[in-house]
Amino acid sequence: MDDARTAPLPDLAWRPGDVSGVPYRVYTDPAIYAHEQARIFRGPTWNFLCLETEIPAPGDYKTTFIGDTPVIAVRDANGTINALVNRCAHKGSLVCYKPFGNVAEFNCVYHNWVYDLRGRLTGVAFRRGVGGKGGLTEAFDQDAHGLEALRVATYRGLVLATFDAGTPAFPDYIGAELLGSIDRVLIKPLKVLGYHSQILPNNWKLYVENNKDSYHASLLHVFHNTFGVVRPTMGGGIRISESGWHHLSYTERVPIADDEIGREKVRSLKDQYQLDDPSLMEHRLELGDTVTNSIQTVFPTLVVQQILNALAVRQLVPKGVDRSELIWTVLGFEDDDTAMLELRLKVNNLVGPAGFVSMEDGCVGGFIQETAKADGRARTVLPMGGSGIEPSQGSRVTEAAVRGFWKGWRDCMGL
Amino acid sequence: MDTAVRGARPPVPDPVLQTRIEALLADYVHCIDDDRLEDWPAFFTAAGRYHVVTRENHERKLPVALIYCDGRGMLRDRISALRNANIFEPHVYCHTVSAVRVLAAGADGFRARSNFSVVRTMADGEIMPFANGRMFDHIVEEAGTLLFAERTVVLDSRRIDTLLVIPF
Repeated sequence: MDDARTAPLPDLAWRPGDVSGVPYRVYTDPAIYAHEQARIFRGPTWNFLCLETEIPAPGDYKTTFIGDTPVIAVRDANGTINALVNRCAHKGSLVCYKPFGNVAEFNCVYHNWVYDLRGRLTGVAFRRGVGGKGGLTEAFDQDAHGLEALRVATYRGLVLATFDAGTPAFPDYIGAELLGSIDRVLIKPLKVLGYHSQILPNNWKLYVENNKDSYHASLLHVFHNTFGVVRPTMGGGIRISESGWHHLSYTERVPIADDEIGREKVRSLKDQYQLDDPSLMEHRLELGDTVTNSIQTVFPTLVVQQILNALAVRQLVPKGVDRSELIWTVLGFEDDDTAMLELRLKVNNLVGPAGFVSMEDGCVGGFIQETAKADGRARTVLPMGGSGIEPSQGSRVTEAAVRGFWKGWRDCMGL
Repeated sequence: MDTAVRGARPPVPDPVLQTRIEALLADYVHCIDDDRLEDWPAFFTAAGRYHVVTRENHERKLPVALIYCDGRGMLRDRISALRNANIFEPHVYCHTVSAVRVLAAGADGFRARSNFSVVRTMADGEIMPFANGRMFDHIVEEAGTLLFAERTVVLDSRRIDTLLVIPF
């Protein structure tokens, strides 16, 4: 039990159960950040590590983070994927310091302590000392000095881990309805098309809220309206898990009759602009329905994305109270033909750090971080679509999923 | 594009060609750094390709790009989105180009590589090293003008600070 878990949280003067607004202090207070590490990232949550296809062979590993904690995902000789805290039991050095690799065992470079691929300590250099002097005493319990192992779940090619023995099994964690929407996108064996990452100048929660906030998409991402990708008057809706923690926002290629956007004089609606090369927006329906956009969050920091034929998982890694790294793993399917690959490469212009409909998410969190640090007692308000976390059929003009995130946050934080 | 010329001996430098290519690379970065972005697509052939990729993806032969433009239409769309749609804090680039080398010259044009770095300055004065890496170019001559048939920008880092909107 670590200190952050037992120490009291700073008083946020936040009415119990209230998710209709958020004190800015949650984005700026290092004490709250420390609590989040213990109660959320090392708490009862499933966190994305990698895709099964990234570590296909025995000995393959990938290093990543769950919150601040460095973690290794490694496939052992039995083909089982293990998740190990990447910290030598001796002095705490990183055991693995490369992003990917293949090993028979893990050797800490500092003093050559050796671990097998399940994290058990199998060797200590000079354990008998030299010339009968030094080394370990009988009192040293080798079995008690392995790498900390996490529970692992795999689902549709995703590999997730949790520190907490009490976290429900992944399908129960996310719930049947939203599990189905993961099935929908990760429909076939996956192929990684590449990686990039983006440093966000803001607290991690601001980016998570941004993903849950379907209200902003057509307003901030002017490209949507300017070039007709997504308008708030297209069909679709929001689904929210029973727990409130996870959500899905989707858009269908079914325009609904509502000229509200015209009446509101939305800043972003500039009908005069057209793409010179609309091949960027070509969409081959490949998932068995007419859904064009699907953004799904898994609490706390995973996003499964379909934007036309641009598929990706986004993993958010907090890097201190006012900085985060957003890691994009861009996906296709193993059976993509050349034309499909070309289509994916083009449509990926929409997303990522240079994405026509995503780049603003890189800066808008920073705009909030600037104001949040000025006055931690002030609060946001989240009034769109009421004050609860009900799903919304037919409209994405709601902040219900954002409120659901704060319910999850408060559940974990014990607030 | 094949960005490595393995086993091939680079040609003996041709001072006239070298000067012309260096002038092209300088004109190109001056256009971007001066914010004359509407002129940028004209540095490419009509079917010109411009891809910004990371070194990690490039070396692992992973095809996804940060920016993937095939043809002047997509290049123009990048600029019209930047001017009319995308939201970002105002900033400017200063490119530095070095180690320009013509790797091959033949009937289908020239292959060249160079190193570059970009320092980004925000409107509030914050300065940061934003990108560095290598450019691999296929350059052709049309009506006496050198144009990029293909320009592959390979960024050393996989990380982009905040966002990428102005091309390299």
